[in-house]
Amino acid sequence: MEWSWQRIPAEYLVTGVKLARGGKIAARKGYLHVKKGRVEALGVGKPTAEGLPVLEADGLILAPGFIDTHVHFREPGEEEKETVATGSRAAAAGGFTTVVTMPNTDPTIDNPGLVRYVIDRGNEAGLCRVLPAGAVSIGRQGQGLAELGAMVEAGARAFTDDGSPIENGKLMAAALKYGNLLGVPIMSHAEDRSIVGSGCMHGGYWSTRLGLTGMARAGEDAAVFRDIELARASGGHLHVCHVSTRGAVDIIRRAKADGINVTAEATPHHFSLDHSRCRDYSPRFKMNPPLRETDDVAAVADGLADGTIDCIATDHAPHTATEKELQFDQAPFGVIGLETAFAVGVTYLVEEGRLDLGQLIACFSERPARVLGLPLGSLEDGAEADFVLLDPSGEWTVDATTLHGRSENSCFLGDRLRGRVMATFMRGRLTWRATEPSLT
Amino acid sequence: MSLQRKDVLGLEDMSAEEILLVLDIASRFRAVFDRPVRSVPIMRGRTVVNFFHEPSTRTRISFELAEKRLSADIVNFSVATSSFSKGETLRDTAENLAAMKIDMLVVRHGSSGAAQYLSRVLACPVINAGDGCHEHPTQGLLDIMTMHQRLGDMRGKKVTIIGDIAHSRVARSNIWGLNKLGAEVTVCGPPTMVPGNIARMGVTVEYDLKKAVAQADVLNVLRIQLERGAGGDFPSNREYHRMYGITEDVVRGLKPEAFVMHPGPMNRNVEISSEVADGPRQVILDQVANGVAVRMALIYLLSGGDPGALASGEAA
Amino acid sequence: MSFTEKAVIMNEDEMTRAIKRMAHEILEASGGIQDLVLLGVQRRGVPLAGLLRDAIKAVEGGEVPMGSIDITFYRDDLSKVGPTPRVATTEMPFDVTDKVVILVDDVLYTGRTVRAALDVIMDWGRPRAIQLAVLVDRGHRELPIRPDYVGKNVPTSQKEVIKVKVRGFDDTMEVVVGEVGER
Repeated sequence: MEWSWQRIPAEYLVTGVKLARGGKIAARKGYLHVKKGRVEALGVGKPTAEGLPVLEADGLILAPGFIDTHVHFREPGEEEKETVATGSRAAAAGGFTTVVTMPNTDPTIDNPGLVRYVIDRGNEAGLCRVLPAGAVSIGRQGQGLAELGAMVEAGARAFTDDGSPIENGKLMAAALKYGNLLGVPIMSHAEDRSIVGSGCMHGGYWSTRLGLTGMARAGEDAAVFRDIELARASGGHLHVCHVSTRGAVDIIRRAKADGINVTAEATPHHFSLDHSRCRDYSPRFKMNPPLRETDDVAAVADGLADGTIDCIATDHAPHTATEKELQFDQAPFGVIGLETAFAVGVTYLVEEGRLDLGQLIACFSERPARVLGLPLGSLEDGAEADFVLLDPSGEWTVDATTLHGRSENSCFLGDRLRGRVMATFMRGRLTWRATEPSLT
Repeated sequence: MSLQRKDVLGLEDMSAEEILLVLDIASRFRAVFDRPVRSVPIMRGRTVVNFFHEPSTRTRISFELAEKRLSADIVNFSVATSSFSKGETLRDTAENLAAMKIDMLVVRHGSSGAAQYLSRVLACPVINAGDGCHEHPTQGLLDIMTMHQRLGDMRGKKVTIIGDIAHSRVARSNIWGLNKLGAEVTVCGPPTMVPGNIARMGVTVEYDLKKAVAQADVLNVLRIQLERGAGGDFPSNREYHRMYGITEDVVRGLKPEAFVMHPGPMNRNVEISSEVADGPRQVILDQVANGVAVRMALIYLLSGGDPGALASGEAA
Repeated sequence: MSFTEKAVIMNEDEMTRAIKRMAHEILEASGGIQDLVLLGVQRRGVPLAGLLRDAIKAVEGGEVPMGSIDITFYRDDLSKVGPTPRVATTEMPFDVTDKVVILVDDVLYTGRTVRAALDVIMDWGRPRAIQLAVLVDRGHRELPIRPDYVGKNVPTSQKEVIKVKVRGFDDTMEVVVGEVGER
């Protein structure tokens, strides 16, 4: 039987690939044997099985499908920005096979029915595993704890009030205790709003120069510190979202050394860009947490390198062009990131010598899988065959045609990046393939 | 040297030559004020739109007067009198203005960067009449003109700006412009209003008022926005006045020829005492007159004002 | 752009004689220096007005008050962004109301400068009369304006350029005709 892109066979081989697993990339070429959506075998050298259709992917890297612990797919309620289906398409184009969706939709995902709804929409789209995070508090109001147990039963994999911090420390403590009981992480959008105030960009030289209200780093540091102390007391799993400051990285590093059950994620824009990007008042560079100082950017990269920060999450946050055309201080926070994440990692971490390619891939696969407790991200024998074919040296320019979601608010628009996702497979099925240049 | 630019959005990107050119032309316009007919017909048949998305009396009147004295046709949009609301995006506003085929836009907006945005999408010249906490270039120019008239060459002159530097577009425009002309700028105010990182803009940060005024040739006293007070950036008006108010006592510490400026409107007995505000050291009304002249000069120069041919004998 | 000189059409002697003659004509028409004022158009009209004043003084003995006019802010061709604006000043150390103003310029061409100068004068006051004295009238009027006193009529083509050099502004006293071309 011949290989066919149009009709992916139930059993096939991918050959000539360098396998990326365990933070390393095999020096020799090898193969992956997929059978009925699962990993049948993989290894270096020639495959043992014969007579199967073969996808010859000579020289590409075969990595576990990427896992994003933090995306906003906006459904239900803001379908003009993104839907589960359009977001899944963007995810697949970025090499992602699993995403955790944030509950700050309208209405808030704070009950089992809505958790189910998001999962169903994900299954309908069928382009990636959509795992909803439920809200910690009812309506994300920061008052009463939502029914976390019922949501876990319905399929929620984490809880967070992301978009807003949980200001009430007692509520956070309760959430961590319940999370511990249920075996799911509490994802913290760590921000002390009494410090941050009405800021719209990082508080530093550039906010002063541009006359924009700044968000002090202390706002993030203080909130991370509080949450870690609450995690220490409860034993619950705290996952710190979108770490952006040197202080927060240091606090998390110490907490891990103390044996506290804490994990963390960082976004591509926080390890690549600094606050000077806001100089032209383009809301494309407005997000929360904001782009920070160069030493913060370096600290986030170092945190990924030494494992203080477990994984790279995009915080993919689509907004309509109309909203992003508002003045900087009026525009909403957030940037998209699924399609550019890997390339930004290659361009700013690997090429800059901060991480090697194997480590970078681990930040997108087995490390987030560990955070979420998922049996994914390492292509074990018998595991579901989620994988991605990568060309780490392929260059491309980010423009509207390279973006597959519903919004275009990328902070990398127009940039030349290195690192391409050539094809994405979930459960052995093709979910996305590059057209130019294409795999034959 | 000439003003080869479409817009004036700030003094950050203006050169010393451009600033001096504006001051020179402005001084010519000031001479016009002393005539029986205080207007000239140079902008006849041209439409200038004053788009004020934030309440302003002084700046708007000064611009209007400048435009009238240039014989321009004037249209005023302001928040109070138009349907421009918070819901309408600046892009919609810009498209409307562009469709109306205007010759120049003067814009005041509460958002930093708003003038820059409009300048990018509009083909006509845009003059920033104040954007958020960013820049207020015409105020900066009129302040610098007032200093320049008295001090001449600004190189090495010491200017101390006092007040809420963090939220002041006047301060930023002064800093950029004065730095270009080689003056030495010191900023002074309570630490809640003077971020230390502003030193990177090329100024000296001094929290002690006495030290800040001792060597100064000019004090530029900023208006304090009272709504920021009351336990926020400063404890009370009285406390502010006690620590940073410009009083007779402070003025006594000045060099004999140094003078005091204020962009108005003043909060008497908060940032400046009535004695100083009405005293012999202030030049506040001169600033007002210079404001009209500077705005006339900018409008004239951005409209393509060119009397160059005049000198050749070929001017017909 | 370069200026190629073709011919000297007035030398210093001829210029001096023309000015002297114009002074006589002015006095003849006005019947004396009573109520007369001279206004030179910036820039070369100003030294020319000075020469006229001196010539009148030589004949009549009295000094005619003199001022200068800058028409920069009254031009009608604002749209062209050009080189450095050279804004001069208008100086009228007298009230022009009810005076007979002799407007002095070096070259009369399209008439637009004179039109602008008339506007300037009107904005300062209401003279009884305004008369125009020019050293050279080169034709090609675009407005219904004619000079009252002319130093020399010089038929020109529109490609040609007339340059007047006056001491006080230039090193020499002469009028040359030439052409402007690409260098």
